Amino acid sequence: MASAIDTLRLTAEAAMGMIERGETSAEELHRAYLDAIAERDSEIHAYLKVVEECQGSGVPIAIKDVITTEGIETTAGSKILAGYVPVFDSTVAAKLKQAGLPALGKTNMDEFAMGSSTENSGYGPTRNPWDLERVPGGSSGGSAAAVAGGMAPWALGSDTGGSIKQPASLCGLVGLRPTYGTVSRYGIIAFASSLDQVGPITKTVRDCALLYRVIAGRDPLDSTTVELPTPVELPEARDLKGMRIGLPREMNEAEGITPGVKAEAEKAIELCRELGAEVEECSLPLSIEYGLACYYLIAPAEASSNLARFDGVRYGHRSKDATSLIDMYERSRDEGFGDEPKRRIMIGTYALSAGYYDAFYGQAQKVRTVIAREHAALFERFDLIVSPTSPTVAFKLGEKTHDPLAMYASDILTIPPNMAGLPGLSIPCGLSEGLPVGLQLTGPQFSENVLFRAAHALERALEFDFVPPRLKGESR
Amino acid sequence: MSSWEPVIGLEIHVQLKTRTKMFCRCETSFGLEPNTRTCPVCLSHPGALPVANAQAIEWTIKFGLAVGCKVAARALFARKNYFYQDLPKGYQISQFEAPLCVGGHLVVPGPEGEREIRLNRAHLEEDAAKTIHVGGVEGRIVGAEHSLVDFNRGGTPLMEIVTEPDIHSAEEAKRFLQLLRQTVVELGISDAEMEKGTLRCDANISVRPAGASELRTRCELKNMNSFNFIGRGIEAEIERQKKVYASGGEVKQETYDFDAASGTLTAHRSKEEAQDYRYFPEPDLVPYEPGPELIERLKAEIPESPGVRLARLESVLGYETALKLVMGGLDGLYEKLVGEGAEAKAVANVLMNELTAAGIEPAAVNPSELAKVIKERSNMQRAAFTDAIAASGTDSFAAIDFISRGAISDTSELEPLIERILAANPGQVEQYRGGKEGLLGFFVGQVMKETGGKANAKVVSELVRAKLCS
Repeated sequence: MASAIDTLRLTAEAAMGMIERGETSAEELHRAYLDAIAERDSEIHAYLKVVEECQGSGVPIAIKDVITTEGIETTAGSKILAGYVPVFDSTVAAKLKQAGLPALGKTNMDEFAMGSSTENSGYGPTRNPWDLERVPGGSSGGSAAAVAGGMAPWALGSDTGGSIKQPASLCGLVGLRPTYGTVSRYGIIAFASSLDQVGPITKTVRDCALLYRVIAGRDPLDSTTVELPTPVELPEARDLKGMRIGLPREMNEAEGITPGVKAEAEKAIELCRELGAEVEECSLPLSIEYGLACYYLIAPAEASSNLARFDGVRYGHRSKDATSLIDMYERSRDEGFGDEPKRRIMIGTYALSAGYYDAFYGQAQKVRTVIAREHAALFERFDLIVSPTSPTVAFKLGEKTHDPLAMYASDILTIPPNMAGLPGLSIPCGLSEGLPVGLQLTGPQFSENVLFRAAHALERALEFDFVPPRLKGESR
Repeated sequence: MSSWEPVIGLEIHVQLKTRTKMFCRCETSFGLEPNTRTCPVCLSHPGALPVANAQAIEWTIKFGLAVGCKVAARALFARKNYFYQDLPKGYQISQFEAPLCVGGHLVVPGPEGEREIRLNRAHLEEDAAKTIHVGGVEGRIVGAEHSLVDFNRGGTPLMEIVTEPDIHSAEEAKRFLQLLRQTVVELGISDAEMEKGTLRCDANISVRPAGASELRTRCELKNMNSFNFIGRGIEAEIERQKKVYASGGEVKQETYDFDAASGTLTAHRSKEEAQDYRYFPEPDLVPYEPGPELIERLKAEIPESPGVRLARLESVLGYETALKLVMGGLDGLYEKLVGEGAEAKAVANVLMNELTAAGIEPAAVNPSELAKVIKERSNMQRAAFTDAIAASGTDSFAAIDFISRGAISDTSELEPLIERILAANPGQVEQYRGGKEGLLGFFVGQVMKETGGKANAKVVSELVRAKLCS
């Protein structure tokens, strides 16, 4: 029976239907994906840990390794947490269990979610199922590669500066970064607390809505969460009639957007018009000019504090050579952290230091307020705004690893709405150089249902094929 | 030596007696098996998040209202970042900008009248865990073989109260702290016991020439665990600084421990650079905005401040007695008894001695009946008085039953007895007549002994005096 399941093409919604109709079982599905993992993951390396036993009655799911899972090793892609087995479940992991979704495993990621290519993992990079020479994006690269490579029907990622939207874009998938505060961060290994959000990476917009429905809602264990103002709706829309779409000039003409990406995004925008949307140019000058700089003060500042708990005292790596307490801290952290966390801890420590706080962290918080206001003003005129998700398609492994600033620029279009706490959805809209191009739809807070409707109508019209061509031969 | 004025500011930590910890729902505890009251939050496991204890927040506001603080409309928690093994997150959740309470004051009675000591702020934070250093000298980290950490205390709510440098003597610091302790105890928010560490106090001390307004370099005095040690420690540090200046030296900013046994100060290893705590608003918690209903409810719950009561009593009884009555929870009954016409000092004595010794709950006493007994004390037999006190906490207590138990006041009965006693003690009679009048008590005592305490002491002493003078 398992051989009848085409894991590359099967959507979570379709899989759910098969289980409901008794055409397959949760165990059989789980086994089919384990087989796919066994077949393909040695070259893709989407998973850090595979869960052999099927625990649940529903559609299996891949979980980013930043999400704490009781009894299952959780490392956040860092050597400093090698061998760490949590004693508790994150709220989202608990919700997956309640919904009966068995875990397939923990997916690779940039260490502590710091990166845009998954090359910063302490356990080696993940490769893009569309082209093994290329990165899947990051930091949720393992989750995106697992879904794109037919090794999971859907997955959870986490997004701080674009870590769901960008890899979804680079792997030809749908990725939702939810409104800040709608998904619990309890048990999510913190990178930047005021920005981190867990969200789905899926093959379709409807799958995305289904998974968001499972994980969203207020959590008494996370004080920053709120109840959804309206329940999550499964989108049915076939057109965009009455939808007002803004095209921020700075986001669609930003330096670094490749001509191929620009052309595909423009085609998709033209399609929006054909589907009945009113599309109009608009402007977000300050958000784009200052967003990235502001992010690279706030996120590292919070990270420098969040990563202080990895001190070798209670869990994780402890240096064997230490001669004193301070020496133990220094050696354990030096040996355990990779370059990118070290870089950000240093930047963040500096930004919070006495005498620099006002000029850096303090100023960045003010700019953040300006960014939020600039976006809020646009949403008085528009239901959503649209731009490419990433300025480029998937780049080659090693291409940007020696140039952190070029790597950071990967997120120039995803960061500004994140700074404003806004939801963003990336959907595939075409191919450039044979690689997927993502379109980013951003709405006001709690507008997920609007994003799902618009994206669903577009998805139907675009007819993008999410199966990577090089794997199509394997499609059964 | 010219005269110097001490300038003292206190930093006080009060452990709140909430049922659970500040940011998780682990039980607060004392003296339990180590690491049995812990969870992923207070052990700072990856991904665990704090949720603020509403009770602790309300109690801090209540304290603030009781001492006249301005309560923040929007209070923020902040992270104070530093590494130490008793701080599992690598930061302490505390408050920096926008603390819950700002300003306020306590009025402290002193020999030169009342003085207002201003508060800078009162804020909420979490306590650190407890470290036990094994194998070193006196439990210190230096030379220890290894250290053990007990996280049971980690995360217990602490209210930190910081004063302005308004205190000008060790005695005043001690009185301030006693009054502050009484305030939090009466509010029911802390046991505030220094020996248990639920009340801790650090002092910042400097001295300046009397009359000057400058603030000179201050030193911090830590780890003083009783009111007396605080007084003595501050006194010692003031003297040390005076000597430094007198010998032409300069006071260096340092931290000292006061060793009560030897009365000496030991300097901590001086830090080469100031700690930079890199405070920033805690992103895992949302700002706290107390509503007007909450403020009103808390205000209504606040009893009359012990400072006001202390001041009222002190003018009549002196500070020490007044403090004992207030701290013993006896001042309410005291005021009622005095209101019934009993003499103040007599009342204070009865309350602090006989009533306390008899273990009578002050609230159970009928004040008008007890007042009658106190007023009649000198006319009563000692045994009748003792019995009256013992019965004073019962519903049926009536003064008349005890007062009417007549003492022997009949001079015809007492005189022969007195004469016999004087005759039996010729040496004492000689001494008394030679000017040692304190021996009067001896003779009265002998009479009481002979009568089994039934003689009227007042009558006896008058008779004895008359006989000895004749």
